[in-house]
Amino acid sequence: MYVIALKMLFGDWLKYLGLIVGIAFASLLICQQASIFLGLTLQTGSFIRDTSQGDLWVMDPQVRFSQDSQPLRDTIVQQTRGVAGVEWAVPLYQAFTRGQLADGTRITLLLVGLDDATLVGGPPLMEQGALADLRRDRGVLIDAAKAAQKLYMKRGGGREVQVGDHLSINDNDAVVVGSYRARDSFFWDPVIYTTYRRALQWAPRERNLLSFVLVKVKPGADLDQVRSTIERKTGLKALTNQEFIYLTANFILYATGILINFGMAVALGFIIGLIVAGQTLYNFTLDNLRHYGSLKAMGASNGMLARMVLLQALIVAVLGYGIGVGLASVMGLAASQLGLAFAMPWQIPALTAAAILLICMLASLLSLIPVFRLEPAVVFKG
Amino acid sequence: MMSTAAVQVQSDSPLAGALPKAKPIAVRCAGLTKVFGADENQVLALRGVDLEIYRGELLMLVGPSGCGKTTLLSVVAGILDRSGGECTVLDHDYARMTVAERTDWRGRHIGFVFQSFNLIPTLTAAENVAIPLLLQGKPPSQAIRQGAAMLDRVGLGHKAKVRPPQLSGGQQQRVAIARALVHRPKLVVCDEPTSALDATTGKNVMALLREVALDGERCLVVVTHDARIFHFADRMAHMDDGRLDQVTAGPQQASH
Repeated sequence: MYVIALKMLFGDWLKYLGLIVGIAFASLLICQQASIFLGLTLQTGSFIRDTSQGDLWVMDPQVRFSQDSQPLRDTIVQQTRGVAGVEWAVPLYQAFTRGQLADGTRITLLLVGLDDATLVGGPPLMEQGALADLRRDRGVLIDAAKAAQKLYMKRGGGREVQVGDHLSINDNDAVVVGSYRARDSFFWDPVIYTTYRRALQWAPRERNLLSFVLVKVKPGADLDQVRSTIERKTGLKALTNQEFIYLTANFILYATGILINFGMAVALGFIIGLIVAGQTLYNFTLDNLRHYGSLKAMGASNGMLARMVLLQALIVAVLGYGIGVGLASVMGLAASQLGLAFAMPWQIPALTAAAILLICMLASLLSLIPVFRLEPAVVFKG
Repeated sequence: MMSTAAVQVQSDSPLAGALPKAKPIAVRCAGLTKVFGADENQVLALRGVDLEIYRGELLMLVGPSGCGKTTLLSVVAGILDRSGGECTVLDHDYARMTVAERTDWRGRHIGFVFQSFNLIPTLTAAENVAIPLLLQGKPPSQAIRQGAAMLDRVGLGHKAKVRPPQLSGGQQQRVAIARALVHRPKLVVCDEPTSALDATTGKNVMALLREVALDGERCLVVVTHDARIFHFADRMAHMDDGRLDQVTAGPQQASH
């Protein structure tokens, strides 16, 4: 009878197409929105991932996300170095500041100061120049990929900032000595690296200027023990890279409403899918109710009819899901080319499959109600 | 369980004149009642029907609209529960079967011909005919092959791969007849099989039903109010207001 069920489904191609389109749309919406959401979430932690040479970040307990640095005393670095199990500890400066490009374009930038001796915390991949070039006079590094958008000089013909160009940071002259490639970030402002000491010179005057201490734990040392000792000794908070990424992501998701917006979009995909698939499957079953009545009269049990309807739903689910996730993947590829946030690990298609399966099963169970209620005697009613 | 032995009819029975000679009983209804609704909305569709249908005969249930013909046919076919009385079909009492047993039994022993054919439009004629075999679990290829062979018997072998919407009304009803017979049921129930057809086509369909469906073992029960086909009946059961008024010999029996 499964052959009959499939032929009933494929034979009515217009409704079949409607079902597939409905499920494909739901599938696309769930998969794509979840992937964009995950992409954005992952992007909130890009800076931390790019600065993950250490094991721990020591910071003010009130820090809410990676770019929300609160000033610490310089002595914290020495204090941290003195903790048993610490292999090294280096200072990191980070603060938003004002800048001006050579053509006069004003920008806000995130200035990051790396430990002068080790340059730990620098960008993971250099495009032009070397990390050590930061030691050159007034040297800074810029993001090569983002220069066209974030460091663009409109006047004088228009071009992006390049190696060799000068720019002003808090009225201090800086020279671009190299460019790097970083992960795509959720945050808009360009990240400009220099040395820690130079960053302090350029920074607005404050009593304390240290933002973070990056800590590497000795091999074999107990990370949790080192962390708790640092926290006890300094009165500060020490987070692993992953914990700092979670802290940042959680803050951004809740503070910006992204979680609610994308959660609603995914829920909307589910609800629309349920409504479209439910209504179409329900109508499809209702249209065939007379035939189901005949089949019941001729000896088809409710169980058999249920299996037929569920098979039809399953076929629609698989095809609609395939098309929807396929389209989402194509969109994802396009988004990656454009540098937009999109991340689709296997868990998203898997969860989408589960959601689509649930939609189709719910829809078909709904459509089975009239089939189960159907008296076979209805076939003799003209 | 009832015996299938030949029934001796009392000479003073009101049905005596209409009874064929010593044929085994296929269906026996005694004091059969069917009530729809409850309390003030109660409708008595069958009011104590006594009827015996014999193997090898074509019995027509006739009477005005709403007299209970289709209700009686539905109870006999096992697709509607009776409210009271007795009804045994091919030695089986539906009341003693579970719903699942009854559904399975119906699929194996009863053939259905519907007023509006009830063919599935997305299936070919052969696939439609094969449905009762598929319901019994036969492999699709074998069932469809048997379906095509049955179509051949009703003169539509060349239409096996055609879908119902491309067939005329008469051809569709022949497909429906093939579907009703493909699994060799012992009882075939037909609800107004000619009402959707013109006179000539209707007669042809009935002639085909008699020719192909009737044999010594199988009986046909036809609900109709189409007087043009009465002459195909062995016996006619006249109903009115839920009661069986009389059973008369049909022209076919008279001609035997």
